[in-house]
Amino acid sequence: MLLIYCPYCEEYREEEEFRPKGEAHIARPQNPEETPDEVWGDYLFFRKNPRGVHHEQWLHAAGCRKYFNVTRHTVSYEILETYKAGQHPASDRAPGVGTGGAK
Amino acid sequence: MQHYSGFGLLKHGLSYHENWQRAWRNPEPKARYDIVIVGGGGHGLATAYYLAKVHGITNVAVVEKGWLGGGNTARNTTIVRSNYLWDEAAWLYEHAMKLWEGLSQDLNYNVMFSQRGVMNLGHTLQDMRDIQRRVNANRLNGVDGEVLDVRRIQEIVPLMDCSRNTRYPVLGASWQPRGGVARHDAVAWGYARGADAHGVDLLQQTEVTGIRVSGGRVQGVETTRGFIAADSVGVVAAGNSSVIAKMAGLRLPLESHPLQALVSEPMKPVLDTVVMSNHVHGYISQSDKGDLVIGAGIDGYNGYGQRGSYTTIEHTLQAIVELFPSFSRVRMNRQWGGIVDTCPDACPIISATSVGGLFFNCGWGTGGFKATPGSGHVFAATLAAGKAHLLAAPFSIDRFISGKLIDEHGAAGVAH
Repeated sequence: MLLIYCPYCEEYREEEEFRPKGEAHIARPQNPEETPDEVWGDYLFFRKNPRGVHHEQWLHAAGCRKYFNVTRHTVSYEILETYKAGQHPASDRAPGVGTGGAK
Repeated sequence: MQHYSGFGLLKHGLSYHENWQRAWRNPEPKARYDIVIVGGGGHGLATAYYLAKVHGITNVAVVEKGWLGGGNTARNTTIVRSNYLWDEAAWLYEHAMKLWEGLSQDLNYNVMFSQRGVMNLGHTLQDMRDIQRRVNANRLNGVDGEVLDVRRIQEIVPLMDCSRNTRYPVLGASWQPRGGVARHDAVAWGYARGADAHGVDLLQQTEVTGIRVSGGRVQGVETTRGFIAADSVGVVAAGNSSVIAKMAGLRLPLESHPLQALVSEPMKPVLDTVVMSNHVHGYISQSDKGDLVIGAGIDGYNGYGQRGSYTTIEHTLQAIVELFPSFSRVRMNRQWGGIVDTCPDACPIISATSVGGLFFNCGWGTGGFKATPGSGHVFAATLAAGKAHLLAAPFSIDRFISGKLIDEHGAAGVAH
């Protein structure tokens, strides 16, 4: 069970209130009509899927219903930081440093 | 290779079973192989076995970072079925099913394949429409299947609550009588023994740390036991496929997720078939040992930790108890997680890559075990010929650029 700090509610809540929504910071190509298939396919389907530090989106589904970002280690599952949508991670800093890390 | 038989059992009984031959060697790596397989699970070992047996290529190594069959092969719920909706998927899984049906004889190793039938339940009107469509599609593809009404379901599984007095009443089911379960470890061991007998080197506790690429072609793999040169490299690394791909500078359309399962204490026989429900989301069978083997969906977050969150198995057991109220008092014995490589269209990738001689067989997600023989068979053909086997061709990685996906999400009663 993960305890996740929602940067909007400014509280730690249980994992069951949240839904993971995959890799964060994927930029949509600016001009879809002119984007080659390779680039569009990469945008839609291909993922970093790292074994290590991962920036990902979560939805506070049973809370404020807002999307935010989480930096989490995919082997230890330790949450290194959470931050609002549109913000940049303070990453890839050392485990335990940052805001809203694992309690 | 020592032939296993009833007579052999009797003969070795006279010497107190102390003189059985080791099932496979534990060789030192050679400097060079024709083909190196990365990953010593069921799929990798099957690939090596068919490379040697069908294609006569025996200068092959299987490189495994842990022990044989210690990953998802040892962590699944052993269900075998081939009732997929789309032609390409049905052909591939039915190819595997036909190999399953002769596998114990072929390997001279009892994989305990038991065709006890697989039932996929429907709980809504839409479920039933999907089930009818899928069963019809299956029959057109030569895959056995029928639609069951509640009365027939109750006859087959008397213990299940088929009353109207549940939150999601059972309305019907699809039924594949040829589906069933197999003994997961035996599959890996049988293929390992067969491959070894043909001269394949099984290199355990040998972790791949790099892929050497030169001039757009793979040269071999760096391992914890030194560099191993190879003409071709086939990666069958399941949840760690993205990690291996990164070593060669490639990206894959995969996400690795924990998939949990659990078994109960052993009990007397109560369930002689496999019951799956996509809607309340759980699946269950009873092993020959008597344990209830239970599984459901993945944990939604990316993870490589071979464990998941408690809430996920709690939801699984809610579904099982909804279907089988009498199981609410059964005690669970063990619980574990495997790392599955899920693909956006819930179908595997069996494909060449932009690096010459480097092939991937991955993306089997939550449903790889059932395909083990077929996967190995077509991947061996792909590696041997250097181009995709007919059944593997639709599963090229190019489909994520062309858009020609094989969308099996939900359509095949796949529980994700």
